[in-house]
Amino acid sequence: MNFLTDRKRATGLGSGHTGAQHHWLTIATSLSLVILVPLFVFTFGYAVGHSFEDVLAFYGNPFVAIITALCLVGGIIHLKTEVDEAVEDYVGGLKRKLTLIAVAGFCYTLMAAGLFALLKLAIQ
Amino acid sequence: MADVNRGNRPLSPFMIGPYYRPQMTSISSIMVRITGIASLGSVFLAICWFLAAASSETAFNFFNGLYGSWIGNIVMLAAAWAIWYHMLGRVRHVIWDFGYCLDVETSEKMGWGMFIGATVLTVLTALVFLIF
Repeated sequence: MNFLTDRKRATGLGSGHTGAQHHWLTIATSLSLVILVPLFVFTFGYAVGHSFEDVLAFYGNPFVAIITALCLVGGIIHLKTEVDEAVEDYVGGLKRKLTLIAVAGFCYTLMAAGLFALLKLAIQ
Repeated sequence: MADVNRGNRPLSPFMIGPYYRPQMTSISSIMVRITGIASLGSVFLAICWFLAAASSETAFNFFNGLYGSWIGNIVMLAAAWAIWYHMLGRVRHVIWDFGYCLDVETSEKMGWGMFIGATVLTVLTALVFLIF
């Protein structure tokens, strides 16, 4: 280990072992979601309370289906960085690793379920 | 010295309470984290509704009725406040990350802006759905 210079150790790593990737992902998804979140809030808010047929027709619209898909994927990726950060702050060691895996499992399950349901609604 | 204590560093201390006086900057920052985690719960609820709609009309009617009830509307309003607040909070972080508005006075003003802005946006959201 002592043969490595400090700079060599730091290159591309940092304490999170991923450099600034997590930070950059949060910035990029934050700005993207400033556009996507209002679109989601108003389309989803409109759809809830309408009849089954209306909802099918509404999500059959390509614009509505695509922005909803984008918002689900972008939103869940962003919120995953948010929860990961909280876990990394307050949970350590093996518990941290297992919690991060559980959070990833939960988030990707949500994403897959949401996209499947949306696709089925959109092409029904 | 660089090899000392590798990977076994202390965690962030939990500072709220006896060690840290509540301030606009800290409270508004903590609220960003709380609303972020809560919003993942909102996404979960939204996806339940989508899955119900994709499953059957009976399942859809159950969730749609639940979310359309007054309790459902209150939860959706709270979820809207959380997502608006979180969005504004993240915009503040991006502004900071790009190197602007880092002084305490402006940060505090942005904190007030987040609370007031989220409330205004929530009221506007509610009004839009009441009118249309």
